[in-house]
Amino acid sequence: MKYQTAIVVGASSGMGRELVRQLAASGTKVAAIARREERLQELVNEFPGLVTPIVHDVTDHDAIPELFQTITRDLRGLDLFIYNSGAMPIVEVKEFTWEKDKQMLDVNISGAVAWCNQAADRFLHTNHGYLVGIGSVAGDRGRHKQPVYNASKAFFHTYLEALRNRGVCVSTIKPGPVDTEMTAPLNMKGMMSAEQAATIILSKADKNGEHYLKLAHRIAFYIIKRVPSPIFRKLKI
Amino acid sequence: MISTQRIARVAGYGMTQAADAYVYRPTCVEEINKIFDEARTAGRKVTLRGAGRSYGDGNIGSETLLIDITRMNRILSWDASTGIIDCQSGVTIENLWRFCLEDGYWPPVVTGTMYPTLGGALGMNVHGKNNYCQGTMGEHVIDMDVLFPNGELKTLTKDDDLFYAVISSAGLLGVITRVKLQMHHVASGNVDVWAEAAQNWDEQFALFEKYEHNSDYMVSWVDCFAKGAKAGRGQFHGAWYKDREDLASRVAEKQDLPALILGFFPKSLVWKVLKLVCNRPGMRFLNAAKQFASSTIGNNKMHDQSLVAFSFLLDYVPDWRKAYEPGGFIQYQTFIPKEHAKAVFAEQVRLQQEYKLESFLGVLKRHRPDKFLFSHAVDGYSMALDFKVTAKNRVRLWELAHKMNDLTLKHSGRFYFAKDSTLRPEDAAEYLGEGLPKFRKLKSKLDPEGLLVSDLGRRLKLS
Repeated sequence: MKYQTAIVVGASSGMGRELVRQLAASGTKVAAIARREERLQELVNEFPGLVTPIVHDVTDHDAIPELFQTITRDLRGLDLFIYNSGAMPIVEVKEFTWEKDKQMLDVNISGAVAWCNQAADRFLHTNHGYLVGIGSVAGDRGRHKQPVYNASKAFFHTYLEALRNRGVCVSTIKPGPVDTEMTAPLNMKGMMSAEQAATIILSKADKNGEHYLKLAHRIAFYIIKRVPSPIFRKLKI
Repeated sequence: MISTQRIARVAGYGMTQAADAYVYRPTCVEEINKIFDEARTAGRKVTLRGAGRSYGDGNIGSETLLIDITRMNRILSWDASTGIIDCQSGVTIENLWRFCLEDGYWPPVVTGTMYPTLGGALGMNVHGKNNYCQGTMGEHVIDMDVLFPNGELKTLTKDDDLFYAVISSAGLLGVITRVKLQMHHVASGNVDVWAEAAQNWDEQFALFEKYEHNSDYMVSWVDCFAKGAKAGRGQFHGAWYKDREDLASRVAEKQDLPALILGFFPKSLVWKVLKLVCNRPGMRFLNAAKQFASSTIGNNKMHDQSLVAFSFLLDYVPDWRKAYEPGGFIQYQTFIPKEHAKAVFAEQVRLQQEYKLESFLGVLKRHRPDKFLFSHAVDGYSMALDFKVTAKNRVRLWELAHKMNDLTLKHSGRFYFAKDSTLRPEDAAEYLGEGLPKFRKLKSKLDPEGLLVSDLGRRLKLS
């Protein structure tokens, strides 16, 4: 068992759910955090004694510091923290709906900072523990379809880089499209399964730095990031 | 909420076990009471820690409020005419000898390092190279104050049964806050040390039997790589206090260990050299070289040595444990009745060789029994071993330790919580016998909320 204890925020579906399952399968005690209690209960039923369900909405920022201490107390430690929550409502081209944008800002930025600050503060003091932030390739450029989602992930990447520069061991994961509930409305083909993504994420959890899930993504986004803005604008991607 | 500024990672001295805990360094009893209250409010437990010199998990507690007593280090009174010292429990063995030696007093019992606190030393009821004639540290305590989690502050003496439970209870019954100790009179700051090589197990035990009635200290090194007829070989040291008054030798500065090894090499760098040979071939060679030196140039010789140099071998090399990084090491020490000691230790060494996990250092000592609740001592011998832990050998090392534990239990042997990392709950229950239910009864009375815990206590399910 690589990690004795872990917290996964955003654990009820997709990659988060798979991360909990794979950690618990290896014997890790996991606090699984999400809003949907029934989904968490399924994980508890699958791994009794290893998964602790915590019903929580990441936009309830003020509750987070105390909840974090309670969870770490009950887990008796923390080796791995994964922030996986993310909101990506469908936004039409040229749509500017504040409610949708605010939801993304609350979950992808404020929730992320409120949770990751707790983990980073702890890990800095103990000089122990790994922080994993699930970002996105979408954060690498400002694309016309999802301005706020892109910007929120770019913020998260920069924030995580800053934590690394403060001395915390942080793994920033930049998945491409993964087959989850969040991406289902996109109707994309050839997406990586959540199970496969979780396996790769866990293999990179203790590696300080930014990580793509596929070599092809790494190469593609190396190039995409360097495309000059006037050209990128015309590509319409 | 507890201040996040307090959280820190604390480890046992062997570096194989660590925990995150909220660290408090109180200076008085009132502050300890406040920490108990804070723990209750936060729904957390409390762990006691002295200087952190226990090798395993006896001084750590995951997610607890950890009371580090090292700031309670004031000497309250000293009577040079009687050798009685009264001090807070964070006073270390080093503080004791530095303060008292010039007046002709030395701690009655010292460990192989001078850094443990009195509180930690009594929690584990430590012994030294004179256990067979002076007993454990606890036997020299005149009285002590103990703060129990239920808020009671009691002064305990040898007339109280509780005295024999708190001392040796690994910090799980109460916080020792003050200790009055009878120091041992010494005329000189030096001892006469006799070195004699032993070529096998028979010779080792014969030397202990020869000197046990007329020496002040006995200890012997064992080469755990030696096999067959050479198995058990090593070097015996006996030591005697001097009778002649020698004030000059009692000055603390005269006792300080040299900063250079062999007159030229900074001892602060020695661990880096040790790290290069901290492996099987390197240690096999070093043990053989030491045996050669012991049997030739160092054999059958009496020499003068300062009390500090003789007593605190572990302090000769600062940061020596770093040689065992990154995986750390476990200390393993079992106490076997004298009738079975030779056979059990020979078998333990044979098992190590079978597993190809020989201890890099073996140390034999002679012991006598005592009446403390979680006593480790027997009328017999102990062998202390150092095992390097790596990611690769960890599982096999614990398997080996469990086999050696079984062997120990089969021969009515005992264990030592200051060093333990490998016992299982059933082993501890068998070793402690009636002591365990007695402890649990006391615990439920003195600490009904089960506030005092340690990772060792949790691992062994002591309460």
